[in-house]
Amino acid sequence: MSSAYSITRAVNPPRAVYLDFPLGHTAGKPQDRHQQLEIMRDTFAAFSTISTPGEIQHLKYEWQSDQGWKDRVMRPTPLSEMDAKDTNDDKHEDNRVARHATPQYQSLQDEALADAACPTCVFLDQIP
Amino acid sequence: MTDNPHRSDPIDYIQRTHDQYAGLGFPPYGWVHSETPPDFSPLNKSLSDCKLGLVCSGGIYAVGQVAFHFKDDFSYREIATNIPTEDLRATHFAYDLTDAHVDPNVVFPIDTLRSMVTNDELGSLADNAYTFMGGIYSAHKVADILAVAIADRLVADEVDVALMVPV
Repeated sequence: MSSAYSITRAVNPPRAVYLDFPLGHTAGKPQDRHQQLEIMRDTFAAFSTISTPGEIQHLKYEWQSDQGWKDRVMRPTPLSEMDAKDTNDDKHEDNRVARHATPQYQSLQDEALADAACPTCVFLDQIP
Repeated sequence: MTDNPHRSDPIDYIQRTHDQYAGLGFPPYGWVHSETPPDFSPLNKSLSDCKLGLVCSGGIYAVGQVAFHFKDDFSYREIATNIPTEDLRATHFAYDLTDAHVDPNVVFPIDTLRSMVTNDELGSLADNAYTFMGGIYSAHKVADILAVAIADRLVADEVDVALMVPV
């Protein structure tokens, strides 16, 4: 399953389905169990309908009828267009998340409940 | 804003990453391009007779596990496929987690797949799913270490099909 067509094309898996949704929704919209199930049924169908190695089937679903959301993805505002930062610099605002080197929990409670020994975590950089 | 006639096309994330890096003054990221797909294995039986292995890169972890960090973390988690959905969590530096926190099924379709087993549309799920956090900068770590380790687990689990759900 993929929502990033160009990246999947570059990876070139044996078979794939492409869902034209924003990243973070590869298997459907939140709490829409009916559509999630329909998407998975279409995905399952591709196991038998794709016979050409590397084929990517486009699924029929739309995120919104207005596809304007695509214009804003990974399009940071140039600093020169920001009122508060009018530096006449053509570099862009860096809106990426910092690459923290410590575990990033969904909540502080998760952090408190985490088992540092974690037998179901596989830290491959610690395996000789 | 003028209407973009190409809006119906998929977003070209590789080009946008190039644009973003260039805008920040960075050299372009060296995306891997595989010229040929791996060996193609036809599925010769019904999915209702298959055991499925689930592999997801949306940063899903379970309560009690150590969460992923954001600095080229290429570790993975075993998640029991009978886990209560409310025990699932998501962390990731590269996508909006709002919906994954409300419903992890958007990137880890466990309830969807469990219902398909119940409905006899799928034979069974392997006992464990495998999760990691994508956006790993090093293609070497992904291709030569992480992918190999997870493929070995899928073989050991004797799955008939593997479903990869990236973000």
